[in-house]
Formats: sequence, structure tokens, C-alpha cells
Amino acid sequence: MMKFRFRRQGADPQREKLKQELFAFNKTVEHGFPNQPSALAFDPELRIMAIGTRSGAVKIYGAPGVEFTGLHRDAATVTQMHFLTGQGRLLSLLDDSSLHLWEIVHHNGCAHLEEALSFQLPSRPGFDGASAPLSLTRVTVVLLVAAGDIAALGTEGSSVFFLDVTTLTLLEGQTLAPGEVLRSVPDDYRCGKALGPVESLQGHLRDPTKILIGYSRGLLVIWNQASQCVDHIFLGNQLESLCWGRDSSTVVSSHSDGSYAVWSVDAGSSPTLQPTVATTPYGPFPCKAINKILWRNCESGGHFIIFSGGMPRASYGDRHCVSVLRAETLVTLDFTSRIIDFFTVHSTRPEDEFDDPQALAVLLEEELVVLDLQTPGWPAVPAPYLAPLHSSAITCSAHVASVPAKLWARIVSAGEQQSPQPVSSALSWPITGGRNLAQEPSQRGLLLTGHEDGTVRFWDASGVALRPLYKLSTAGLFQTDCEHADSLAQAAEDDWPPFRKVGCFDPYSDDPRLGVQKVALCKYTAQMVVAGTAGQVLVLELSDVPVEQAVSVAIIDLLQDREGFTWKGHERLSPRTGPLPWPAGFQPRVLVQCLPPAAVTAVTLHTEWSLVAFGTSHGFGLFDYQRKSPVLARCTLHPNDSLAMEGPLSRVKSLKKSLRQSFRRIRKSRVSGKKRAANASSKLQEANAQLAEQACPHDVEMTPVQRRIEPRSADDSLSGVVRCLYFADTFLRDGAHHGPTMWAGTNSGSVFAYALEVPAAAVGGEKRPEQAVEAVLGKEVQLMHRAPVVAIAVLDGRGRPLPEPYEASRDLAQAPDMQGGHAVLIASEEQFKVFTLPKVSAKTKFKLTAHEGCRVRKVALATFASVACEDYAETCLACLTNLGDVHVFSVPGLRPQVHYSCIRKEDISGIASCVFTRHGQGFYLISPSEFERFSLSARNITEPLCSLDINWPRDATQASYRIRESPKLSQANGTPSILLAPQSLDGSPDPAHSKGPDTPEPPEAALSPMSIDSATSADTTLDTTGDVTVEDVKDFLGKARTIPTSTCPARSWSAGSLAPAWPLNIEPRLLTCRLHWDLLSCPA
Amino acid sequence: SISSFRNLLKCRFLGCTSFGAEFRRFSLDRHKPGKFEDFYKLVVHTHHISNSDVTIGYADVHGDLLPINNDDNFCKAVSSANPLLRVFIQKREEAERGSLGAGSLCRRRRALGALRDEGPRRRAHLDIGLPRDFRPVSSIIDVDLVPETHRRVRLHRHGCEKPLGFYIRDGASVRVTPHGLEKVPGIFISRMVPGGLAESTGLLAVNDEVLEVNGIEVAGKTLDQVTDMMIANSHNLIVTVKPANQRNNVVRGGRALGSSGPPSDGTAGFVGPPAPRVLQNFHPDEAESDEDNDVVIEGTLEPRLLSSLRADPRHSLALPPGGVEEHGPAVTL
Repeated sequence: MMKFRFRRQGADPQREKLKQELFAFNKTVEHGFPNQPSALAFDPELRIMAIGTRSGAVKIYGAPGVEFTGLHRDAATVTQMHFLTGQGRLLSLLDDSSLHLWEIVHHNGCAHLEEALSFQLPSRPGFDGASAPLSLTRVTVVLLVAAGDIAALGTEGSSVFFLDVTTLTLLEGQTLAPGEVLRSVPDDYRCGKALGPVESLQGHLRDPTKILIGYSRGLLVIWNQASQCVDHIFLGNQLESLCWGRDSSTVVSSHSDGSYAVWSVDAGSSPTLQPTVATTPYGPFPCKAINKILWRNCESGGHFIIFSGGMPRASYGDRHCVSVLRAETLVTLDFTSRIIDFFTVHSTRPEDEFDDPQALAVLLEEELVVLDLQTPGWPAVPAPYLAPLHSSAITCSAHVASVPAKLWARIVSAGEQQSPQPVSSALSWPITGGRNLAQEPSQRGLLLTGHEDGTVRFWDASGVALRPLYKLSTAGLFQTDCEHADSLAQAAEDDWPPFRKVGCFDPYSDDPRLGVQKVALCKYTAQMVVAGTAGQVLVLELSDVPVEQAVSVAIIDLLQDREGFTWKGHERLSPRTGPLPWPAGFQPRVLVQCLPPAAVTAVTLHTEWSLVAFGTSHGFGLFDYQRKSPVLARCTLHPNDSLAMEGPLSRVKSLKKSLRQSFRRIRKSRVSGKKRAANASSKLQEANAQLAEQACPHDVEMTPVQRRIEPRSADDSLSGVVRCLYFADTFLRDGAHHGPTMWAGTNSGSVFAYALEVPAAAVGGEKRPEQAVEAVLGKEVQLMHRAPVVAIAVLDGRGRPLPEPYEASRDLAQAPDMQGGHAVLIASEEQFKVFTLPKVSAKTKFKLTAHEGCRVRKVALATFASVACEDYAETCLACLTNLGDVHVFSVPGLRPQVHYSCIRKEDISGIASCVFTRHGQGFYLISPSEFERFSLSARNITEPLCSLDINWPRDATQASYRIRESPKLSQANGTPSILLAPQSLDGSPDPAHSKGPDTPEPPEAALSPMSIDSATSADTTLDTTGDVTVEDVKDFLGKARTIPTSTCPARSWSAGSLAPAWPLNIEPRLLTCRLHWDLLSCPA
Repeated sequence: SISSFRNLLKCRFLGCTSFGAEFRRFSLDRHKPGKFEDFYKLVVHTHHISNSDVTIGYADVHGDLLPINNDDNFCKAVSSANPLLRVFIQKREEAERGSLGAGSLCRRRRALGALRDEGPRRRAHLDIGLPRDFRPVSSIIDVDLVPETHRRVRLHRHGCEKPLGFYIRDGASVRVTPHGLEKVPGIFISRMVPGGLAESTGLLAVNDEVLEVNGIEVAGKTLDQVTDMMIANSHNLIVTVKPANQRNNVVRGGRALGSSGPPSDGTAGFVGPPAPRVLQNFHPDEAESDEDNDVVIEGTLEPRLLSSLRADPRHSLALPPGGVEEHGPAVTL
């Protein structure tokens, strides 16, 4: 023991070097759809698209794999974004009326997004637009004029200001005040005293001197910059949006009453005009505003009018619609979430006479939809990225590494049959800017997500772009209540407006019992198991042809005649009987129904033995799916645990009941206090203490600042929940004979090990003979600390985890050492232990909770390859704690190697959603729709590496101080990212104040996401030469300012009952994100 | 049915050079152990030491050395055999020197010099009777290591059915630093459960500030973290506290604190920053390594089908309250 301690403290320099070659923490890329998008921009020349979010993130997308991410220093909503066409620069407007200029710059051949300049309006509180028209109050719209050198800012106070974009300075004296415009407006065109805020600014493609200005009250003017006068004047209703046709003779305006008007501008005509067309497309009843309108002409004649909103207020006011009108064809695109913005991909060369729009891209709150406008019927173009992961809430996820090419091709082909690709002439993805420089991934990674609606989605997680491959739906097997209602709703719909459902975001689940809880896939046999909320366990197999077949159903009673319990939870799902048609893809073979139908909490599959094991809060079972017969059922319930039995619904009841009892007790104690006034207070205290003692499971909620210190006991509630299941070919009976075993771990620290008698397959034969599988309990281990067992793994004689079924035989993976000396690693929420086999005795252990005060949430064995040596790799145990830290331990020594702060500890859904890969990467949800990808491996890193051809002369002197912002370190949702590699936290002056030119750029190595100000006092300087640890940074921050800790209301998270969908509301996350950045940027 | 079992008798004469250790093994009827006197005679006879005055003790399931000196505790000893009963025999003079009752066998090393009353007792040679059938529930340890204003308390929970019985809360603690008084967040004991272990020891009290848990400082840790640490260590919990009431502090080196000690609000516990590492020679791992025993039950490993499993109630290896010997050998790690 002493030796062990000594070694742990002494840092072996060689080991330290090796650690640096093996481990490195990086948050590499965010997969999925940006959470809460708020702005959209498109650069038609570079063919890149930008999405801004409410948390201040800017994400730029081009071709698949081309991604840039930036984050504004203030987590304010991005309200508008405008590309400086072709320059790779982007001007963003936040809702605090600050403007930011972003640049895509190349370092070492790779492009990154960096904030170059920012401009904060001089704030003048107390002045409103009318009394001080020349003050720059609030910017409402931005227009880039003169090839992007000058920006026109429309304000709430009806003025238009001009800004030099290259320096982000106001051009004084050029401001267009409302008075100037009003001078040229006839009296009858003046609508009220003021013009209202500037609602729209539109430039002209061919004539940059003209600006179309629309004021909120309805006045539209074409302002000539050159002659400083008004060319044309129009007066409409309350204005929402404007669009200037390409031939400059047409102006389209949309209004708040749901109407739009087309105005024709002829040079010869009088300056005041009437509209040529004015119509309310969804009238005559009152309609909602048309928020945005586009007018695009076509070479083939006619034009597109595309607008959002304008629906009849009473009947369809709640719909999110974009209408596309061309000649007589009107399609009302009906989306499931709010429309943020849309653009068309069309020709923008000034010499072209027609727009000829190719595609329409609509950014919605929850997804991006692109329609092909050139193909009749305007079909949707499948997106290669930005997939709405949360089209139904994600309930679980799993990663499959190194997928064999054959299985990959079969899954891709099954996916293609599901959503037929458009005909060959049709448009492919129109946003194609940039080049992906990342190497072709060395192996195929598959991410499986289980959803609330009973689907499992297969994603290509090999590269930066998370691409949907295939969607498996299990709902078809079951009879659900909602089908009837659905068909009725369809029939009731009128054919006008001509609605067309577009997009796949569908947050409404037919039946919560369909929710997928656990998924396991065997990549060698293409068999998988999907287990759900109502105790359903489905074994499926991939088939390349559609079939019609009946699914056999088996029922396993996990209670095993245990008496005295009644299940008060939900019913089991009733399967459809008879042959059912199954499309090509994964087709169900067997349905095993657990009784009581509690949510499945653990599942594992062994395809070589044709066995599937599953566990719920009541027990676990083993099923032979080849013979379709149950092998084992074992109840893990503790006799005193009634909570697990009653199901999730009754828990509310029991809380109510206990509260009622508590109040009764208080009342009683008060009565007794009155009787004996002498020692009333002490009596009351005693009663309260007693009350606390009796109501212990609930008083945590009632007195949130107090915690009970009591060891776990056997009769804690939900102690029987099966947390993990595992198959291994190892030594359980004796040291001479190995054989199939099954392991199960429960919430109360019990581990059951069964020896299995699996009839051996004939040599060369795939299937084993038709004999019954037998299971017999070999060992039962009760961990003294009784913490939930989260993972079990058997290590071979060389201390490496046993390979997956078929892995050694099919993949040429190194066969396990079966010469004995096996060991079993049992990871509980509190500690890791390695026990010898077959005699179970503790070999090594690490008590994480006792040392660090954190609890294990997720563990995985991962292989870490060295960056320095091609074929050196170590297997380590990666572990995510309830504090959001990732620890890595050696195996089987269980020595701590490295630890990193990964997820905020308040982010419970992020921690619960984390999944590790086998090669030292991981994913977790940073929002309901986004996975953050991180890597613990120094070698295996998947990050965007891309370049972009930009054609603007980069002036060296122009590049004043830049905020050093590495795309992967700044996060949209503000999960603190702390680089732990040796780095220099160089104190840089605040970019907002220093505009001095020629500030030398910090060296490339300084990838610090946070410019910790040099203003922090000298006595808190960090030693920049050594390793910077999380503690250092925390201490540093702690010294700089006390961190107000916000505790999350949801404290405890039990895996026992129905796993909840990840909360959709992530406001606290944003809040703390802002807090975090404040801390980092404020001087002490 | 009457099952017989064997006892391993281990004879030890501490400090006696003329005798080595002798071992004898014999069986007793579990259900009719008989009288203590007969047992004493049997032991003395078996070891041929009928002429010397000895005390008999046994090791219980937790490894504590408990005495056998009357019919009751003899009965208890036999009934707790599991299935072997280890019996220790010592010369009475040796035993009186404090080996019995001072602590468990495995902790004797620590108990020496750690117990506060050890010194005075040895000097005064007070005639304190042998402990009957009890074991320590708590102790103040490392008196020589922790500052006088602090107290390191060990709660022995195992074998005791009482709950630990205390609650902790967040709070603010005032520290004296070179920069003056500073308010820092701290963890405090917020409530004692009447009848609980913590209350019955009298060593912990409401508003005591928790400074360390099993040798790990709690400074900078959240309430939840400290809760988890305490529960993870609950089988052998060692908490270092700064008592709210500083009047009952351990006096060492003859320096009395006096009755007019610092105020009990804990504001001025000690001057200067806290001692950085007071735990140089305190090893929590070592202390608990032999107490954190997981129970392994070996199965019969006879193949059985599910149908027969269901019919046979014995397929469940859940620990019956009576013990595990019915199913086969029990192994503790």
C-alpha cells in the first residue's frame, strides 16, 4: 500500500511523456442542428451559408465537412447576418445593437473563423427616436452597399447611418435623416408625424447608388445616394418587408395585414406611384403579416413570389408556412416549427438578366429545409448535414466503431430505399463552398440514436458532417391509440390553402411507451436489439429485401412469482398479430415482452450464442432467440422495495401521501406543544427531528440545503434496477475451463455471474445445434459500498478487454489470451475494482467518490493510440462523472492518468447523454438538437479541416488585434472549454479597447479561448511553463472573482424509471454561458 | 438437526518468551454450547495450562476481539461462528494491559497512542474492569497531528445497527488570513438524529464545521460532493471537524485551554491559514482497506433448467438472514 501511494505521487517523466502522446482533450465539432437559430445568411459567390443563434454563435457551412464556428463574446441573439460577398467576411448584428465583423482566415492551410472587429453603438439612454433623430438608437436593418465597403444601418429612429465596414467606423455627415426624406415627400404621403423605424433597406444589384428604403408606417422611397434625392415614392400599408426585382423595374412590398403589393418603377414615370398589383393571397378574412417576401424572375418567363406568413388569422394562424407562387401554381409549405428566415440560391451575376432560382432554403427553428425549385413539384433536397437529431426527442444513443464495409453498404442501401433519391437530373445540395481537407476517415463510425417515437436513427459519424443513413421504426409492430385520430385529421383538411407538409421535425410522440431505451448492434452479423419503455425487447436482423412475416412474441415474467406486488405503471404495448409487411432494412424477428412492463434499463446481445439479455427495475432475463425460448429470469427486487413495483406513476402518489402524513405529524406535534407549554419548544424540535428522520427520502426536496449522511442500505428504493449486463467467454467455474458467462449488475451493488451451457456450433457452421441453453448461477458478489454497478468487463490474461463476439474470428483482431489469469472489472458509481477469476478476490481498486467526491455516470473501455508511435496503443478506462469531468484510468492497474473538465455539472442531460467510442472519442448532447464531439485521444481526432477560396486582398495593416478564437474551443452553448495541454495563458489587452494597428499576433500555439486579462493582479499569475490543470484555472478564476454558483433544481437523476426526454429548455445553460464568458473577460 | 462445527483455538501468550503460540482445533455443538465454566475448563485442559489464569476472547465477524467470560457472551460467540470460531487465550496480566477492548485486532496499532485516555491510564494503572460485550463506536484520533482547535473523529459503524444519524449543510465560515477576516464557504453539521450514532458519541455537534473527510479536505467542494464522499466512506467514516464549541477541546502537552475558551460561534477558531497538510502519516486507504469487504457467494454450479429454477426456491442466492453457510462456503475478501 505504501509503495502504491508512493508511486502515485511520484511523477515518472517517461510516463508523463507517454501520457502526452496518448491523451489530449479536444472538443472538436458540434453535430446536428444549431440550437435556437435566429439569423441566416448566404454568400452566393462562395456558396456558403451562415446561421446565427440566440446564444451568440455563428456557424458557417459549405460543402459537407466544411464548417466554421465562432462565438460572440456577449451571448446576445444574432439578429442579422450579411456576407461581404466573395470575401469570406460576415457582418453580424446582435440584439444589443452591436455589429461584429467576422473573417475566415487561413492558418497553416486551414481556414478558421475569427472575429476581426466589433462596433458598439454609443448608447444614449433617455433619447427616443423622435426627439433625437440623429442619435443612433437601435439598428433595425443592415444593408451592405458599394461592394461591401459601406454598410447602411436603418434605425428605429427612421434615420439611415453609414458605416465604413473595413474599420467599422461611422461615416459622419452622411447620415440620412428622416427630415431629408420628408422634404421630398408630398404632404398626402406623410403618414403621421414620424416615418416609423426603418423596416427594410434594399440595394440594387446593378445600380449601387440607389437604395430602397421602407419605413414601418408604409412609406417606401428609392433614395439616390449620388444625387442625394428621392427618385420614387410609394405609400403602402404597415410595412413588413421589401424586395427589389432584378430588372429594377419591380418592387414588391409585404404588409402586416397579410397583403403584398407589386410596384413598377419606370424611370420616366412620376415620382409618386400606385401599385400595379395589391393582393391578400389568403384573404378575404383577416390574415397575419407577411414577414418576408422575395421576387425572383425566370428565364422561362414569369416569376416566383416566395413569402412567409400571411395565413388566415382565424383558421390557420398557428401554422408556420412559406408560400411559393409561380404563375398559377401555389404551394403552401407547412412546417412544424417557426420560420426564422429563407433565401433562394440564384444567379447573382449582374450581367445575367434573370434570377433563375435553383433552390429555396428555409431555416426553421428546428431544421433547415432546402427545396429544388427547378424540378417540377419542388421536391426537398436531402441535407448532408444539419440533421435535426431531435426530430423526435433522443432517449438513448450508442456508437459502433469500425463498421465493416459490407454492413455499411447494406445500411446505406436500406436508407436509400427508404427515401428515394431524386432523379439524376435533379439538384444536388446547393451549398457547396469550400474544400474539405480532412483525410478520408480510416474507419466507419456509426452513431445510433434511439428516439421517443420508437425509432432508431443511424448516423454516419465517421467525419465532421453527421449524415443520416437509415431510420428504423419499431412503432409498426405495435397497436397504438393514435392512428385513428391521425387519419381523421388528414381527411378533415381542406384542399385550400394547398398545404404540403415539409420537414421531418415531429416532436409529438404517438405513445410514450414506444420510446427506445437501449440499443445494441452486432456489426458482424447485422443483428440488433432495441429495447423500449414498456418492457419490449426486439431482436432485429438486417435484410436487403422487403418481406411479409409474423413476429414471434415471448413473454418473460421477471417477478418470478414474487408475491405482494402489484404493478401500477403503464400497460404493455400490444403487438399486431399476423404477418406484417417489413421494408428492406432491419426487420424484427422476435419480440420479448418483460412483465411487469417497466422500462428496459440494460440490454446486451451475443450473436455467436444467439442470446439476448435484458434487465428492468425488477430483474433480468436471458432469451435464446435462435430457439425462441427463454433461458433464465431472475428477480432482483428487494422484498422491502415497493416503489419499483408500483411503477412510475405511483411515485407521485407516494410523495403526496408522505407530505400529507408529514403535515398531520406537524399538526399533532403542535397540539402536544400547547398541552405542555413548559417544554413545548423542545418537544417541537424533537418532533421535527423525528419528522425529518421518517420523511427522509423526501426532505431533501423540502430543505434543499441539507443532506443526510447515511450509508446505503439494502432496502433503498429501486435497489433492484438492473444497470448493466455483459456476456463473456471466461473462467467462472475453475481456472482450467473457460466458457460462456453472463454478468448482471444492479443498483444496489450486487453482481450476479451465471455460467452458461451453450451448445457448441459445429466447426465451420454458423448456427449452433438446436439444444437448450442452460444458465446456472456461478457467483454472486455484493459490493460492500452498495453503489450501483454501472459496467462490468472481463479482461484477458494480458489485461485487455475480451473482444466482441465474432471480432477475433472475423476482424483479425488479436485473439484474447485464454491461458487463464482473467480478471473482471466492476465499475460502480463510487469505485472501480478489478477482481481475479475464477476465484473472485479484489486485485486493484480505485475509490473515486471517496477521493474526489464525484460519482461515476458513464464508463467505457477505450483504446488510445499514441501519436508518436504508429502501433503503440493502450486500453484505458474512460469515465464521466456527475461533475462533468472525464477521467482516464489505466487498466487493469486502475491508476488515474488524466482528467479533464468536459461538461458543466449543471448540464444533467448532457452528462446523461454522453457516449464514448472505442477509440477515445465521445459525444454528448449540448442541446436537444446538437451533439458535441470530443476526443480524449491525442491521435484519434475528428475535427473540421477545410479551406475556402477568398478573393479579397488581405491588408496586413488592416488586421488589427484579433480575438483569438479557435473554432472548436468556442461553443455555441458555452460549455466551458478548458485546454489542459501545456499552453500559455498570455494576457492580452482587451480587444474592445485596443485598436492599435500592427499588434503582433500571438503565436500559433496560443489557442487560448479566453483572453484572461493582464489586468488581473500580479499575485495571481499562473506558472505558464507547467501543466495547467482545471484546478489551476478554477483557482485562478476564484481569485479573480467569486463565482456565483447556480445550483440546478434537478439534482438527482435515477436511471430507474422512464428515462425522460432531454429537457428542451436550456435557458440556464445560456445564462451560465454568459456568466462564464463574463468571468473570463472581465478584469478583476 | 444438530450440526457440529469446529473451533480453531489459538493460544497466544503475549510477551511470554517461554511459551510459543499453540493451535488447537475441536468441535462444539452449535445449538447447545453449554456453560462458560465447562468451556473454560475444556480450553485450559486442551492447552494444558490449567495452572495459569487466562482470559478467553474471540474474534467476531468484523475482526473485533471480544471477551468470553460468562455464559451469555459464550453463547453469542458460538452462535456467531461462521463456521469457524477463532478463540484467543491470553494470560490475564497480558490482557489487562489493554489488548482486549481497546479496539479491534487490526487496529491495535493505531489505537496505541491515538486514544486520548491511553496515556493516563497506563500511568495510573486504574483498575478498570474488562469490557464485557461491546466494541468501540467512535474515537478521537490523531490528536497529535490535528490542531488543538480541530477534532478528528472516527465513527465505527459496522456491526452497529444504528444509523449514522447526522445531516450536513452549506454555510459560511470566517477565516483569519493575512489579508484580514475572510468569509469562505464551508460545510457544517446541521442536525443530529436523536439516537443516532453521531449523537450518541457526543463527539460531533450541530454547527461543527467539517474540514476533512477521510483525509481529504472539503474546501472547494460542494455540499453534494461532500455528501457523496461521506457516504462512500460511511463504513469507516473519519471526519475532521472544527467544533462549534471549543471548550471541550483535547488538551495536550499540559497546556490547558481553560474554561474561558474562544466563543462558540466558531469565528476565531485559530489564527493564520489552516495547516496545509496535517495528514502526513494518515492513510485513509490503509485504514479502510481491510474493512471494505465485498461478499462473494459461490453458486452450486450444477446445471439447472429455467423450469427447475423456477420451481426451486434455492436458486436464489440472496443472503438469508440466518447466514450463508447453508449454500456452501462463504468467502470474505
